[in-house]
Amino acid sequence: MKKISVTFLMLMLTLQLFAQNGDSSLTESVYATGKIYVVVACIVLILFGLLFFLFTIEKRLKKLEEKSSTKN
Amino acid sequence: MYKNWWKILGALLVIYSTIAGFLSDVPMLPILHQSIRNLYFHVPMWFGMIVLFSVSVYHSIKFLSNSNPQHDLKAVESVNVGVVYGILGIITGAIWAKFTWGQAWSFDVKQNFAAIALLLYFAYLVLRNAIDEEQKRAKISAIYNIFAFPMMVVLLFVLPRLSDSLHPGNGGNPGFNSYDLDSRMRAVFYPACLGWILVGYWIYTILYRVRSLEKNNTI
Repeated sequence: MKKISVTFLMLMLTLQLFAQNGDSSLTESVYATGKIYVVVACIVLILFGLLFFLFTIEKRLKKLEEKSSTKN
Repeated sequence: MYKNWWKILGALLVIYSTIAGFLSDVPMLPILHQSIRNLYFHVPMWFGMIVLFSVSVYHSIKFLSNSNPQHDLKAVESVNVGVVYGILGIITGAIWAKFTWGQAWSFDVKQNFAAIALLLYFAYLVLRNAIDEEQKRAKISAIYNIFAFPMMVVLLFVLPRLSDSLHPGNGGNPGFNSYDLDSRMRAVFYPACLGWILVGYWIYTILYRVRSLEKNNTI
């Protein structure tokens, strides 16, 4: 049992060594699975929504400005 | 709509730089790894802040030369947006530092002076609110603003270069562009800067119009 656990621990050590080479583990896990596109889609949607919101705010502001210029 | 082309351009550039910022290839550097993508989001905040503060100084000088109160309103509102950009820049910098330098606030010269530069502009906003008389407030804060701008530039770009700093481009550290900001990153980084600057300027115009509307309605 002790031998097996020691072997396993040593294997773990080499795993760590491999993780330092080449692509980082993040690239392998996040980019390889393609799940990063989900995050990008969400962020783009939020940005798009906020920028669209800015346009609508400006539109409302324009109406207010027109109203106040006719009043004065 | 033809007058609003730059707003659409800014929105498109920001969206493009976000998509490309996540999906484009980046050079693999030690310590930074994938966090180098922060360059597309953290640095444009500071560039945007500097452009907005420049706009503010321009309007402060304009105010002193013709004392048109509209220039005073423009100066305040661009500082307001610039300060928001600066706060976002300093927080994203702290998050980035947490994972690359080891702690969020390591009392690095760049971080300290950036915080002081922001405090200078907080002081500007507090100073304005402390003066009741409108003409006096506009004049004093315009003069203060003209002095604050070169101090901000010195604090952000001169003093950190004179001592050791962890921040790229300071204290003998090479900036990103010297060895690893390759052409792939430039193709995302410059549009990101321009996009965030345009969006910041757009928010500033909206805030200015709101404030002048408020002013007209109270008279």
